[in-house]
Amino acid sequence: MAAQTPATPAPVGRVGGRKRLTERARAERKLAYMLCAPAVLAMLVVTGYPIAYAVYLSTQRYDLRFPDDREFVGLSNYGEVLSSSTWWLDLTNTVIIMGFSVAIELVLGMVIALIMHRAIWGRGPVRASILIPYGIVTVVAAFAWRYAFDPTTGFVIGLGPISETWAPLAERAGSFFVIIMTEVWKTTPFMALLLLAGLALVPDELHEAAKVDGASAVQRFFRITLPLMKPAILVALLFRTLDAFRVFDTVFIQTAGANDTETVSILGYNQLINRVNLGLGSAVSVLIFACVIIIAVLFIKGLGASTAQQGDDQ
Amino acid sequence: MSTHTTREKLLWTIAILIVVFYALLPVLWILSLSLKDPATIGDGRFLPQDWSLKNYEQLFETDAFTYALRNSIGIAAIATLISIFLGSMTAYAIARLQFPGKGLILAGALAVAMFPPISIVGSLFDLWRQIGFFDTWWGLIIPYMTFTLPLAIYTLSAFFREIPWELEQAAQIDGATPWQAYRKVIVPLAAPGVFTAAILTFIFAWNDFLFANTLTSTDRARTVPATLAFFTGGSQFEDPTGVISAAAVVVTIPIIIMVLIFQRRIVAGLTAGAVKG
Repeated sequence: MAAQTPATPAPVGRVGGRKRLTERARAERKLAYMLCAPAVLAMLVVTGYPIAYAVYLSTQRYDLRFPDDREFVGLSNYGEVLSSSTWWLDLTNTVIIMGFSVAIELVLGMVIALIMHRAIWGRGPVRASILIPYGIVTVVAAFAWRYAFDPTTGFVIGLGPISETWAPLAERAGSFFVIIMTEVWKTTPFMALLLLAGLALVPDELHEAAKVDGASAVQRFFRITLPLMKPAILVALLFRTLDAFRVFDTVFIQTAGANDTETVSILGYNQLINRVNLGLGSAVSVLIFACVIIIAVLFIKGLGASTAQQGDDQ
Repeated sequence: MSTHTTREKLLWTIAILIVVFYALLPVLWILSLSLKDPATIGDGRFLPQDWSLKNYEQLFETDAFTYALRNSIGIAAIATLISIFLGSMTAYAIARLQFPGKGLILAGALAVAMFPPISIVGSLFDLWRQIGFFDTWWGLIIPYMTFTLPLAIYTLSAFFREIPWELEQAAQIDGATPWQAYRKVIVPLAAPGVFTAAILTFIFAWNDFLFANTLTSTDRARTVPATLAFFTGGSQFEDPTGVISAAAVVVTIPIIIMVLIFQRRIVAGLTAGAVKG
């Protein structure tokens, strides 16, 4: 009997009596730990150790141009970063890019998800074409949009009402526009697919019932679909917000931080790699890490609250 | 389903066409740019006036891009293999075995997925210089493998949970040896999931720019995205626009083919990993 229903291994052991269970369970645990150990170790060693090392470096005066001048300086690197106007400007820039791209992506992603969910035909072509931005190398996407908005090569410049002399990547607002557009183009598909998966979890019967009661499509979307999708939306927003906060590739290719469009990642990169100031650069790295933790905690709290609320409702 | 009116069909067609056009526009643009004659690259038109392959010829004139392609393919492939190997062991344990600490491992993987790579770039730069990993394949394989492990673990464990494992026992009862049961029953069932995770991992490694930019300095290990970013053209007076576009097209075509062939699997993998998380 036991051998024929082994889909769930644990209960099988239980059939065979107490002693077999413990032996079996112990062997199972041992196997599980052996299987998990390499991946867990790799993740710990490659992220945990370097971040600890970054924290250590951030307390040092450590400039690779003057390697002998290395000494412990406590928190003064943090003082220097946090009291500089550059950090706050870069943080503002990062939040601007993050806020606009995620907000636009959410709306566009939802529209595309709804199109794919309700499509009478053409789901295949839509899915295939939106996966292309997802698969394309970000650097390539950044070049494509940069050339499109470049006054000498770009087809956008001089198109219709757009002025022939407009050089968006030579000004701050224009640069933000192009950067956000690129980010939105590249990552909306990911958002749309996550939202589509969330849409599939909304039961059709609820829509049918509301339809019978005379609710319009718009009412049904805001009163039924959106509330039920809240956890899926929050998960998608969490991943995309964290991703957008680390924005690096697009900015590096399109402006490299010129016209006051530098983001915190570019600042960290410049300090660490261009100025080889590992002490100051590591302080920036640790501050970015702290920002990411804050964003993640806020979202996870929101997610916990919304799932708890849904639990109460049911 | 109720029948749809002509107007409804028309509206859907327009909506779908807009989405397809929006998704393809930059790809068509960079393709067109790469096919323009270098003399007309600055004409600002969407389509080339004089079609030419000169940009492609120039791209392969030097070995820089060929080396970058070799590095990209090699590094991404090795990182994918290791990540999938380690990830599937962990995913098997999570999907099939009972042990305390399972939640902790999943939470840790999630933390790594949210981890900002820029925060360890400086440390790795310093450490790699000290131990001789700077500007080598392993210097990139190690971070790629690590940052794709969460994706591999979540996607694979979601797939492994769906496998009807009792078929393995059923085959053994029918007289198959454990090895035969594993190879003829479990491997074919698990293969699609493993393959999906491998595609997603490969795309991640292929796309990375931050590590490739910071942890390499020469042709030895520099991958395509970093090579593109520092491309300066054949001579200092040449505008590299056309050559960069040609290189962009060369690295985009395989991705487009892969995406078109495996679209269902990619969608399943992306959503399985994220929703179950």
